Amino acid sequence: MLLEILIGLLLLGGAAFVLLGSIGLARLPDFFMRLHGPTKATTLGVGALVLASLLHVGTEEGTGGLREVAVMLFLFITAPITAHLLAKAAQAEERRRTATQAGGTLPDGGKGTG
Amino acid sequence: MLTLTLPIAIGAVLLAMALNLWRMAIGPTRPDRILALDTLSINTIALVMLLDIALGSVVYLEAALILAAMGFVGTVALCKFILSGDIIE
Amino acid sequence: MSHVLPRPGLSLLILGLWLVLAPAPTTGQVLIGLALAVALPVLTRGFWPGRVRVRRPLAALRLLGVVLADIVTANLLVARQVLGPPERLRPGFFAVPLEIHDPFVATLLGSIVSLTPGTVSVDIDRERGALQVHALHIEDPAAAAAQIKSRYEAPLKEVFAC
Repeated sequence: MLLEILIGLLLLGGAAFVLLGSIGLARLPDFFMRLHGPTKATTLGVGALVLASLLHVGTEEGTGGLREVAVMLFLFITAPITAHLLAKAAQAEERRRTATQAGGTLPDGGKGTG
Repeated sequence: MLTLTLPIAIGAVLLAMALNLWRMAIGPTRPDRILALDTLSINTIALVMLLDIALGSVVYLEAALILAAMGFVGTVALCKFILSGDIIE
Repeated sequence: MSHVLPRPGLSLLILGLWLVLAPAPTTGQVLIGLALAVALPVLTRGFWPGRVRVRRPLAALRLLGVVLADIVTANLLVARQVLGPPERLRPGFFAVPLEIHDPFVATLLGSIVSLTPGTVSVDIDRERGALQVHALHIEDPAAAAAQIKSRYEAPLKEVFAC
């Protein structure tokens, strides 16, 4: 009974954070601000959902739950790397845009920025 | 407890995915769209985990693992493409 | 020894992960896992940075606890910021001068910064030895940089003794 309440709370909390990350992505005004939602809130939210699944499957079928732990670890390790690469890509894109606005033409003509 | 919380959680995740799609459609820059796609793939993992609980099947977990790996590699490849104009240097 | 198994820890991790993901730990699966555990570290040797050791496991555990607690509190803070009016946020970049020179440990610090309070690490400037960080809401860049240094960098230096 207690476990079921815990699973329910983890489900609600996790889903709330997942939604929060996406709300941040949708409504914040600038790319670097939008980056914050998905890297932190969504990662924690999915982490909580995986934990809920681990508790649930662990009690229902008794298969341990090492695979869930693998999914969670993978997400927590990759989230900062994705954020870092996206930030670098955004900076490169911004440099490219300011360069084309300044009058200089780039090899690719600054295509596909919008 | 679960019969009440599961539908709420699934609804919240679906709403989050709709928001991701919206951001992916309006952009405005390429990194924005990649970020939206990456978030969409993570949210899909969340949805798969919820289905895993709802249907009580372990099979879904493998799908979640593959989604996680593919989403990550795809995002890295797209970022590399923007950074250098080429995926394989 | 060092030529056959250049990274015993990594080999163990690969074998463990393979057995976890395999449908059932049969003899064949153990053999495939062993083959991968031996082959992958050797094949990817060129990509790995210099080796670092955890010198103080207790300090590492304490840092892990601090980071996990910070991730949860950070998210509650970010939740308020995301749901509140965006006009009130003052986003900005700031630089954290690094004392860590090992690339692996610096990457670890960058990852921690990305997962904790309102900050994402954007770039590691190797020449100046500084970490470029973007914050969702920042009032005092110097204080924020000092907090990252004392809260995460100092324990990391202690853990890896570098």
